[in-house]
Amino acid sequence: MNIEVSIPTTPAPVLRVEGLTKQFKMHHLKRTLFAFDNIDFELREGEFILLKGENGAGKSTLLRTLYRSYLPRGGHAYYHTREGVIDLASAADVDIAVLRRREIGFVTQFLNARPRVAAEEVVAEPLRLAGTYHAEALVEARRWLGAFGVKKQLWAAYPSTFSGGEQQKVNLARALILPQRLLLLDEPTASLDRDARNALVERLTQLKASGVAMIGVFHHPEDVTGLIDQEIALKAVKIEDQ
Amino acid sequence: MTALNLAAATQITHQPPRLMLAEPMLTMRGISKNFGDVKAVSDVDVTVYPGEVLGIVGESGSGKSTLLRMMNLEETPQAGSYHLALPGREDRDLFTLDRFERRSLRAQHIGIVYQNPHLGLLMGHTNSGNVAERLLIAGKRNFAELREQARQSLDASEFPVERMDATPRELSGGMQQRVQLAKAIALEPAVLLLDEPTTGLDVSVQALVLDTLKRLQRDRAITMVLVSHDLGVIRTMADRVMVMRRGKVVEQGLADQIFQDPQHAYTQQLVHAKL
Ligand SMILES: Nc1ncnc2c1ncn2[C@@H]1O[C@H](COP(=O)(O)OP(=O)(O)O)[C@@H](O)[C@H]1O
Ligand SMILES: Nc1ncnc2c1ncn2[C@@H]1O[C@H](COP(=O)(O)OP(=O)(O)O)[C@@H](O)[C@H]1O
Ligand SMILES: [Mg+2]
Ligand SMILES: [Mg+2]
Repeated sequence: MNIEVSIPTTPAPVLRVEGLTKQFKMHHLKRTLFAFDNIDFELREGEFILLKGENGAGKSTLLRTLYRSYLPRGGHAYYHTREGVIDLASAADVDIAVLRRREIGFVTQFLNARPRVAAEEVVAEPLRLAGTYHAEALVEARRWLGAFGVKKQLWAAYPSTFSGGEQQKVNLARALILPQRLLLLDEPTASLDRDARNALVERLTQLKASGVAMIGVFHHPEDVTGLIDQEIALKAVKIEDQ
Repeated sequence: MTALNLAAATQITHQPPRLMLAEPMLTMRGISKNFGDVKAVSDVDVTVYPGEVLGIVGESGSGKSTLLRMMNLEETPQAGSYHLALPGREDRDLFTLDRFERRSLRAQHIGIVYQNPHLGLLMGHTNSGNVAERLLIAGKRNFAELREQARQSLDASEFPVERMDATPRELSGGMQQRVQLAKAIALEPAVLLLDEPTTGLDVSVQALVLDTLKRLQRDRAITMVLVSHDLGVIRTMADRVMVMRRGKVVEQGLADQIFQDPQHAYTQQLVHAKL
């Protein structure tokens, strides 16, 4: 007799957010803006959270707070690194810098174009920093530039001279070339053409299958319907005079 | 939001590093420096990890250059300690070194670029001679070797090496800064100090010099402390930023956080004035 035992395996936790609160204290206006208050959620390997809410609801603010471009006002964001749990809300700046190099990626519409660095080098850099040989990293970089629809003649050119759309594709290729543990996506498809959007969704599907956890805001949420595990709705909150 | 909730929402204090396993390259603690009644630097702590670029920003007179001169052991504070992670020297407070030890340590392990090239260069000597001088102080003697090392260092600073036998006096401001840079990095310093390295240059020249610095940083992971009153320069270069005002550190953080979400009223004013 052959009994098949299927053990339900829950994917490992990546992030547990508890009571996360963000305010902007604007000293010159003597005002405090309450961006969000007491947010709780949990994210596991290979899961995808879609953030929803109208303009100004705090979606970008939440992503930036997790990436620590913004400082939270209270609460915790317990992130499970390969070396143990660390609270992103209060971790040392240098630890956040380490995580940004190794484990946490942020994808936006905008490329931080650096002068005199070729597009293919920009894209290859995360692989090189992770220890891949230069030649190998370049091959991979060109593959992704091609997949996102950047014309071959541009691969060795400097992105600072590219159009907005082309820069965005370079940016995406760079941001997605190295699988991260946690990927934060802030409207990466805004103003992308159909082919590039398809390439992006295809890559996100691969990453998800390989266990990458993602939190994203999407301009065309219908593109990612197949990926969503949870939705979190944010609501704009009020401003208070001090 | 309830009053109770609001009261609980105090500023988060940061934990000590756990993932960054390297020891800091540069550590200063409790640094105070007065000039008569002027408190140029008051109780400042600085920590810089290997390969990091620390930017120090603040208006004129906030104590940035004084702090950097202390890092270069040109000046001794009234209070405070200073350590560099140099093999065999980790435990020595560098302010306790005598004049000769300081000179040798500076020549071997610290590079500096001043805003004013006259402070860093002998204007009548050749460019290669200015770089080689530093190697001489560090004990190199073979002429051909000195010249070759000077050439390599000038080249790494993207200085046109065919002009290595001209003098700084004959050069543009941007080129003078490249010679200073070549001199500063000639011995692969533990830390490279930059005091307003591009201030006063034309914007386009400034961009090229910053680009060279970025390139060097990327290729060699040089630990840098960069002082500037110009937020644009700090934003281009720094990983972390310290904001100084009247000799004190008012805020520090990751560069993107300082620019996108400044906490202190003074930093907000600086950032908004720039935008
Ligand atoms: N750096 C900032 N400083 C001050 N207020 C900010 C900052 N970033 C965002 N906000 C404010 O926070 C609120 C949420 O903005 P945002 O997160 O951009 O919304 P969304 O991405 O959902 O459109 C808005 O009122 C916005 O003006
Ligand atoms: N050698 C000195 N003698 C007297 N006062 C000085 C000296 N060096 C700096 N100061 C004073 O210390 C303060 C900080 O100066 P400095 O470090 O040059 O500031 P910054 O570089 O930020 O412009 C200023 O008030 C300056 O006048
Ligand atoms: Mg947004
Ligand atoms: Mg100064």
